[in-house]
Amino acid sequence: MNVIASEQLIALAILLPLIASVLIVFADKQPNLREAITLITASLIAFIVITLAMRVQAGEVPALELFEVIPGITISFSIEPLGMLFALVAGTLWLITSIYSIGYMRGHHEKNQTRFYAAFAIAISATLAAAFSGNMFTLFLCYEILTISTYPLVTHSGTAEAKRSGRVYLGILLGTSIGFQLLAILITWSVAGTLDFKPGGILEGKLDPAYAGILYALFIFGVGKAAVMPFHKWLPAAMVAPTPVSALLHAVAVVKAGVFTVLKVTIYIFGSDFILSSGASDWLIWFAAATILLASLIAMTKDNLKARLAYSTISQLSYIVLGALIATKMSLLGASMHIAMHAFAKITLFFAAGAILVAAHKSDISQMRGLGRAMPITFMAFTIGSLSIIGLPPFGGMWSKWYLALGTVHAEQWILLAVLMISTLLNIAYLLPVAVNAFFAKPAEGETYTEIKEAPLTMLLALSLTALACIVLFFYPDPFYNLAVSAASATNGGGN
Amino acid sequence: MIESHLSLLIVVLPLLTAPIVAILPNGRAPWLISTLVSWSVFTLACMQLANVSTGNIISYELGGWAPPWGIEYRIDAANALVALIVSGIAAVIFPYALKSVEKEIPEQQHSLFYAAFMLCLTGLLGITQTGDIFNLFVFLEISSLSSYALISLGQQRQALTASYQYLIMGSIGATFFLIGVGLLYAMTGTLNMMDLAQRLPELYEHRTIHTAFAFIMVGFALKLALFPLHLWLPNAYTYAPSVVTAFLSATATKVAVYVMLRVIFSVFGFSFIENTPTDELFLILCVVGILMMSFYAVYQQDSKRLLSYSSVAQVGYMMLGIGFGSVLGLTATLVHLFNHALMKGALFMAIGALVYRVGSSRLEHLSGLGKHMPWTFAAIVIGGLSLIGVPGTAGFISKWYLVLAAIEKQYWLIVVVILLGSLLAVIYVWKLIETLYFKSENDSIQPETIKEAPLMLLIPTWVLVFANVYFGFNTELTVGTAEQAIKLLLPGVN
Repeated sequence: MNVIASEQLIALAILLPLIASVLIVFADKQPNLREAITLITASLIAFIVITLAMRVQAGEVPALELFEVIPGITISFSIEPLGMLFALVAGTLWLITSIYSIGYMRGHHEKNQTRFYAAFAIAISATLAAAFSGNMFTLFLCYEILTISTYPLVTHSGTAEAKRSGRVYLGILLGTSIGFQLLAILITWSVAGTLDFKPGGILEGKLDPAYAGILYALFIFGVGKAAVMPFHKWLPAAMVAPTPVSALLHAVAVVKAGVFTVLKVTIYIFGSDFILSSGASDWLIWFAAATILLASLIAMTKDNLKARLAYSTISQLSYIVLGALIATKMSLLGASMHIAMHAFAKITLFFAAGAILVAAHKSDISQMRGLGRAMPITFMAFTIGSLSIIGLPPFGGMWSKWYLALGTVHAEQWILLAVLMISTLLNIAYLLPVAVNAFFAKPAEGETYTEIKEAPLTMLLALSLTALACIVLFFYPDPFYNLAVSAASATNGGGN
Repeated sequence: MIESHLSLLIVVLPLLTAPIVAILPNGRAPWLISTLVSWSVFTLACMQLANVSTGNIISYELGGWAPPWGIEYRIDAANALVALIVSGIAAVIFPYALKSVEKEIPEQQHSLFYAAFMLCLTGLLGITQTGDIFNLFVFLEISSLSSYALISLGQQRQALTASYQYLIMGSIGATFFLIGVGLLYAMTGTLNMMDLAQRLPELYEHRTIHTAFAFIMVGFALKLALFPLHLWLPNAYTYAPSVVTAFLSATATKVAVYVMLRVIFSVFGFSFIENTPTDELFLILCVVGILMMSFYAVYQQDSKRLLSYSSVAQVGYMMLGIGFGSVLGLTATLVHLFNHALMKGALFMAIGALVYRVGSSRLEHLSGLGKHMPWTFAAIVIGGLSLIGVPGTAGFISKWYLVLAAIEKQYWLIVVVILLGSLLAVIYVWKLIETLYFKSENDSIQPETIKEAPLMLLIPTWVLVFANVYFGFNTELTVGTAEQAIKLLLPGVN
């Protein structure tokens, strides 16, 4: 019935970007051909993930098993709803980001663009492979490939600052993943004898509940990409990268790969029943809660727009981690949906930040007063993105916050509910003034914005699309909602 | 015909080639013959491994003299694997040698160089093949003496002192080993390893046996540069010609680790070791060695010296597995033996390609070269990732088994040390990468004169780089052979 079998689609989704990355290197001297390769591949990927998503929603579980690495451990892919949701977000946004990158990289006269596009494609391949992973080993492999392949993107400019940031980036991400996550995986393997993702988890009855908390902590902190404090510093450091990287990788692909791993571990390694019965997450919850508030507070002190957005991302990622740690069906539903909702909102904000940088050469918020009148479309999009992050209707961000808050209510965690509410207020405090001042405040003394126009067309197109998506997702969240519901109900083996 | 004499040919072929090469005129002939021989030996080693990987044991009686009177070559999966590593590395390094040696060693010494190289190969292969402990000593001396000569050929004058230092330390080590062998012979009246293994259990309580064991252990700890007996290694590796460093780092210490395995598990038996403090002592030395040597590596200013200290730390990983004395531990040791040869071989060869272009391995002279030599740089990155143990590389598989072995024994401190060692590896590998990638070129070199290394250097290097990735995904050969070998080393465990 299907023209291409789902197994082949999985293979294509992972291989196409890799092939593209090789072709991009060969098209080094012809920028137009090079960008055409990126765009064609990104369109194909978007088409593939949408096709796969429709099949997964219809109840299919596409799987692809490659080969055995170590006796008992295989490289295998198996798409369940959560992974599909993540792949759907990353795959579709890559297309939009590619359109945006072309305007940005040319408008900003960046060097080494070939290396940029090639590394970008590898990172996307690793992201999709991570989303489709059928066991913890495959996920860890893709997680590390993602770390390494984004390193040249972070250090793209080659300056001393880029080198320093690269050290922080790699140090924290490799350090936590080898020091904690690998250890956690090895303990899981030696206890459970398998690393396959199973609905309801693989540890219950095998691991002494007294140690569950320690193992869970090793996983949560081992996933440095989830940026739970105190392992969050890499994310602000990564902002030295070109804006498309910050937008797709450090607001969507890389960070979401982190929280995705946390959710996978919660649902498919531990299972919520085991987490709740062993109390594994009791004290970890406070790390996530503290991260939500502290990161929001730090964001308020940042004048650099990208730095402020980075801390905002840290805070928002901990919403998802918190949802995982509460481990009820409702909170997991909210956490899964937040992967998608936050992605569309935050990428809009980063796109806007990049547009401002290219068009007005400004990166500090204090210098953007009055800029809104010169760049109305950009700042409208910024406003929409901000409101969606804050979680107001009619924007998509409302739904995920709604279910997360419901999750805390169901779990009777009133303090956590308060944390979510305070954080919402903080979101308003650090995001809205940017847009408000741009539209309504007077420019600083002696500054006139008569010569500043909107950014190149491809950039405007991209940020308008994602802003529009924020609104559409309020009225029609179904694709993500349906996947998130199925993902959340897998947590205790599919029962109630 | 070849089938039945396979095990002997592996040793005799390079042994006979050495004098032939020595009398050839300088030029390309010595290189060509050596390369062809190294390839044939590699083919033979592959056949040998295929023979024993099913659990067979080859027993070859030298000159038809039956053991224990004659010398016996006794091959099981463990020897065959090590012989495969040694000959495989040689088969990759000889093609590489042509360009590198032309650059680094004066023309009039070329044929002698290749002759010494062949002898060194003979010695190392002999150690792996033989089942006679005195014969092992003879091959040890052949490989050691020839490697002293090889190291002394380095371009800088320090190569002479480095070689001399190694000569002294190496001779002490060999002497200790010989004393140990002598004591064993005095007690048991045999030099055949299988015979020894049969006669030793009833003498376990005898003090002379303990003394012999101690002498042998110290002797080989010196040869394999186990911390704190590693002092000769950093200098020797730093000042030796690039080819020699790449070859020795990938093979010499591995063969020494193999001898440790053989002596501890096949000759004495782990039950003997357990009643001595040896295994605990190994664990302590390894833990301290891994941490200290990794720290040392971080602070080095010379790329070869940096990797040398890393090698000493990596020897610690291999010996840890022996200290555990468990199936998982030995798997880790054997797998890491193989994988470390691949990663260090690849790294030292890539460094050699840099040296070929700029004539120095000091970090200050290498800065910024990554942009001019992208393929060499990429080789260093992948080799470095394997050294760190990033998944998808061979190094990860080693680390996987090693940590599992430590978890199984519940040695949590050692688990932490292994992982900490990996993190230190991130630091020193990235020091190398940052120097090559971010720093601007040194003033003393003209950037426009620096081109990518010649293909004759790049292709062999990339063969090993590719192997690093391949064996990170396919562990049938490494883990499979290791499991076969362990059935014989640790009988009764499975």
